[in-house]
Amino acid sequence: MTDAVDPFIKTLLHTTPLFAAHVALGARIVPFAGYEMPVQYPDGILAEHHWTRAHAGLFDVSHMGQALLEGPDHATTARALEALLPADILNLKPGQQRYSQLLDDAGGILDDLMVTRPVDPAEDGRLLLVVNAAGKAADFAHIARHLPENVRLTPQPDRALIAIQGPEAVIALARHCAEAEGLAFMTATPARFDGLPVHISRSGYTGEDGFEISMAEGDAPAIWTALLGEPEVKPIGLGARDSLRLEAGLCLYGHDIDTTTSPVEAALVWSIQKRRRTEGGFPGAARIQQELAEGPSRVRVGLKLEGRAPAREGAEIVHDGAVVGIVTSGGFAPSLNAPIAMGYVPPALAAPGTALHLLMRGKPLAATVTTLPFIPARYARAAKANPVGA
Amino acid sequence: MSSVRYSKDHEYVRVEGDTGVVGISAYAQSQLGDVVFVELPEVGKTVALGKEAAVVESVKAASEVYAPVSGEVVEVNTELEGNPALVNEEPEGSGWFLKLKITNPAELDTLMDEAAYKAFLETL
Repeated sequence: MTDAVDPFIKTLLHTTPLFAAHVALGARIVPFAGYEMPVQYPDGILAEHHWTRAHAGLFDVSHMGQALLEGPDHATTARALEALLPADILNLKPGQQRYSQLLDDAGGILDDLMVTRPVDPAEDGRLLLVVNAAGKAADFAHIARHLPENVRLTPQPDRALIAIQGPEAVIALARHCAEAEGLAFMTATPARFDGLPVHISRSGYTGEDGFEISMAEGDAPAIWTALLGEPEVKPIGLGARDSLRLEAGLCLYGHDIDTTTSPVEAALVWSIQKRRRTEGGFPGAARIQQELAEGPSRVRVGLKLEGRAPAREGAEIVHDGAVVGIVTSGGFAPSLNAPIAMGYVPPALAAPGTALHLLMRGKPLAATVTTLPFIPARYARAAKANPVGA
Repeated sequence: MSSVRYSKDHEYVRVEGDTGVVGISAYAQSQLGDVVFVELPEVGKTVALGKEAAVVESVKAASEVYAPVSGEVVEVNTELEGNPALVNEEPEGSGWFLKLKITNPAELDTLMDEAAYKAFLETL
């Protein structure tokens, strides 16, 4: 039950430009995806979770991988990226952002990512990418290896990323950054934060309204401090980030999705736009189109547990005495005051209301399949059934 | 007069006659963070020194609680079912886990007293 870091490993860990700020706030620091990151601040995970749902939480997500994809025009750059993922990038409007997955040749998920088309016509031919921290080196190498000669990928390790999430995020951010207020969900714009140049998008990974703010690393401490000075805002660590995203029914790479899962199995079909479903032309298209037509052999579902004992990742899912699947994320949902989980089951057992058992330490915990997200999303536009927006 | 002994895994046992009250130390709860569930053994179960006696679940993870001494479980703290946060609030008080009838009092000598445990924490 210790979070001790091996001293040798520790020397190999990176820090973000906000590391000193986390330490000064009394954060507990843990190794995560090669970085020393705050898992919680002194208030603790439960308080941080509730604060974000009620007010606004501030997250350092600078460990994530930002990169610029650049070609001669939008169509060329979009088609180059479409060869690697199943989202419609060609028809992405200026300023629009989309969630997608890098796929391997078998249709397995190499990583999930956000793709943004800059709103400024002067930036035509550019796309901004944000990938997960753990896979960023491999992701960027993979993308670069598959690009045509006239499209170039430039990682941006000198940029930081801060997320502000929660119903009061817009009020707090707008005091420093006027552009925040008018921005629609899943759109992005260059902006000024107290005069500093930033790029903001109205998105996040908590199920709440909120923003992600990209900035030069040198400006990150000033922006972090300014936002923390707002009465609505408290710092939130990785622990609450995980419980927030789980309640929002969002996938965590390496847990709910990986190279063994396809986007159809992962219930991410909403992120594959119609043109791509029909046309294909992405890695693993044959498998994915077959799964779309005939149904996958397993599918990600939400699970609500009876009682208070949580089921964790790796717990077997049992139906009629037989193991039918596995839990990929599980924990305690502070907003529901109950344990929840996500896992994969055969489609025949995926209907909401289906009674299953989850095996924890040899004991069967009663659970019911439930619709995702576990809590209603509160994005800054009429909420759709989809977790991140189609 | 009771005395408290600690294990290197941060369990404590408070000795009251031939009974030991077992829980996790204040340091352990601070490391775990918010406790949301405690799985306790059945009364009557025999637990051996160093073997799993209970499981404590925080928001982020499950951790095993090892028996700091061998014994038979004579009582468990049913208050924790409805209020697992007692483990955070009063880990060495109302947040106790279970009471053991100690079968081998000599095992207590292998544990640390309060001063030794405090010194041990400073090495972490």
